[in-house]
Amino acid sequence: MNDCKCKMNNDLSLIKDVLLEYGNTSSNTITILQKTQEIYGYLPVDVIYHIAARIGSTPAKVMGVATFYNQFNFQPVGKYLIMLCQGTACHVNGSQRIEKAICEELKIKDGETTPDGLFTIKNVACLGCCSLSPVMMIDGETYGYLTPEKTIKILNDFRKRGQKTCEL
Amino acid sequence: MRIVVGMGSCGIAAGAKDVYQAICAIKKTDDDFTVGVTGCIGMCFLEPIVDIYDDKKNLLHRMGNVRVKDVALIVQALRENNPDRLAPLCITPENADFLKKQTRIALQHCGVIDPTDINDYLASDGYQALQKVLKSMMPEEVIEEIKISGLAGRGGAGFPTWFKWDAARKAPSNTKYMICNADEGDPGAYMDRAVIEGDPHSLIEGMLIAAYAIGAQDAMVYVRAEYPLAIIVLEDAIKQALDKGFLGQNILGSGFSCNIRIKAGAGAFVCGEETAMLESLEGKRGMPRLKPPFPAEYGYNGKPSNINNVETFANIAWIINNGGKKFAALGTEGSKGTKVFALTGKIKRGGLVEVPMGMTLREIIFDIGGGIRKDKEFKAVQIGGPSGGCLPASLLDTTIDYKALNATGAIMGSGGMVVMDSSTCMVNMAKFFLDFTAKESCGKCTHCRLGTKRMLEILSRITEGKGKEGDIELLEELSYAIKDGSLCGLGQSAPNPVLTTLNYFRDEYEAHIVDKECPAKECTELLVYAILADKCTGCTLCARKCPTGAIHGEAKKLHTIDQDACIKCGQCVDLCRFAAISIEGGSRHADN
Repeated sequence: MNDCKCKMNNDLSLIKDVLLEYGNTSSNTITILQKTQEIYGYLPVDVIYHIAARIGSTPAKVMGVATFYNQFNFQPVGKYLIMLCQGTACHVNGSQRIEKAICEELKIKDGETTPDGLFTIKNVACLGCCSLSPVMMIDGETYGYLTPEKTIKILNDFRKRGQKTCEL
Repeated sequence: MRIVVGMGSCGIAAGAKDVYQAICAIKKTDDDFTVGVTGCIGMCFLEPIVDIYDDKKNLLHRMGNVRVKDVALIVQALRENNPDRLAPLCITPENADFLKKQTRIALQHCGVIDPTDINDYLASDGYQALQKVLKSMMPEEVIEEIKISGLAGRGGAGFPTWFKWDAARKAPSNTKYMICNADEGDPGAYMDRAVIEGDPHSLIEGMLIAAYAIGAQDAMVYVRAEYPLAIIVLEDAIKQALDKGFLGQNILGSGFSCNIRIKAGAGAFVCGEETAMLESLEGKRGMPRLKPPFPAEYGYNGKPSNINNVETFANIAWIINNGGKKFAALGTEGSKGTKVFALTGKIKRGGLVEVPMGMTLREIIFDIGGGIRKDKEFKAVQIGGPSGGCLPASLLDTTIDYKALNATGAIMGSGGMVVMDSSTCMVNMAKFFLDFTAKESCGKCTHCRLGTKRMLEILSRITEGKGKEGDIELLEELSYAIKDGSLCGLGQSAPNPVLTTLNYFRDEYEAHIVDKECPAKECTELLVYAILADKCTGCTLCARKCPTGAIHGEAKKLHTIDQDACIKCGQCVDLCRFAAISIEGGSRHADN
């Protein structure tokens, strides 16, 4: 657990409303986990224990559900999550070159976060924008017809934006 | 007049939002035109698209690849009532043909109506089918009409829709569920997203009619988490339908009540399988159940449930309005109606294509799609995503028909159609799909969990030039074992990409294994970089920039590449200003 970056003293009251709305049944487990991740940015272990207790399940079961789905993160993610599409159309149109460009520019690999906490890169199956391939999504916004140069320019724009908000 | 901007996810990604905002910013209150939005028309290769309609909703001009800098001209042309000025921006007749050769039923409103306004849907005969059903049809009559239409599930398996509805209707229970499968996971398919984003009410209307037919009062839409815009649009549409009384208690005074909820998926491909989806809806790991019992008997929370795909539902209202016979008149003997395909890859005109069943692959790819980019040679088309197969040029006259496609080893699937040219390596393509299915296998069945992994390992070593004699036979043996030993469609169809490429492109596998060569020059480990003596000027640029110092040579003299040190990064090719570096698919050619 030495490498674990999760905080173990998270403010559990943040998900009070979520649990009030959805906590009555374990069939809402996925919805609860999604809302929890929206709040904390990832799923901290102590919060999972808390959820399990509240919905009458066990931490192992909740963890089992969470780890089954690609959407959930168990480590803090960067301010900007880069979802790089690795669907068929993007693959045919050179998504590997884009991945290489991002990884070289940010010096991280798939699933990792930059030390400044600004970017996390995650390969995803298909974003459904195949006609603009290769594509990536950052902050819910899709960027298409990527080239390595264009990708790096977009990353730099986010970097500037990210640094600006930090200064405020 | 009305300016309409296509604002589907792909339109936005191409810059439609900026164009829309630019139009709104310079529009004055006394201007004689309004500004609106629409979903995806399917001409994705022309995004962002801006349309001009007259007051009677006739399309006057369609402009493609519109940039923010073009906006001033468009607005000026409208103010001056001078449409000639728009001509340079308008799409060519050739590109307009893309739509003319299609027959649109499921996509009839996409890119035409404003998906954010229920009134636009109502003005296009929206919710007429629901009213007809509630006022004048018994549930059995609805099912009979769907039976006449011959509609089959558009999600992939192609099971007759009426049969599922009938089974769910006859299942004894007071509580039943209607579920929409919008977990469009096949990479390369996005018609469901386009329907939800562009015409959400047709989905809602289709679901309500289906719910009425089977006797369900509770409906759910399971949407992929990767489709944030679709979720927002659908949430809003549900609210508007509730306000208008098309949803909720006692719909249109008929006594029939039904609610629709959205459940966001969490990123697991296997949840597109209906029983895995049920598990996921119940808040569990999305692992498929053993069938039977089928969902019609034992579905969500153990109650009778019916699950259909988005595109299936999008056909329902049209069938009720126009009659099942009219739908059945389209298509072939065994496959009725139309099917939407997502045409992507190395295609000139990529986008969403809805065609009557029975059309040939050649007509779709060449007549509608315009052929291969840069007029390169067609090599293969991948149909049906990770469960489908790669078909070669010799099968281009195969018709779009469930049976005909199955006979080739591919499947209709959800409608992804990825076109490839000579630069795509078929072994690498098979590896790509196995990498996908190995990652997405839920792990329940041993053959699927371990078999796909072993197949991936074999394919990986083949693409790395470490393939052994007997690998092809081993792949085939594993393929059939996985098909036999898997519970759900994911495992049963996972070997299809390998089997079809082995069937139609076996020579490429052999080239990799025996000659250690990648004919498509895609498998990096096999490539050989060499410097062409007649082109190299000895500028030293490549030698200075080579990350491993593999290039040697004195200034103004021919350089050479040390093959042992070369990591095949390709940087020298990008750098060289004299095109002096050649890439060969394998050492056999380089030695010659």
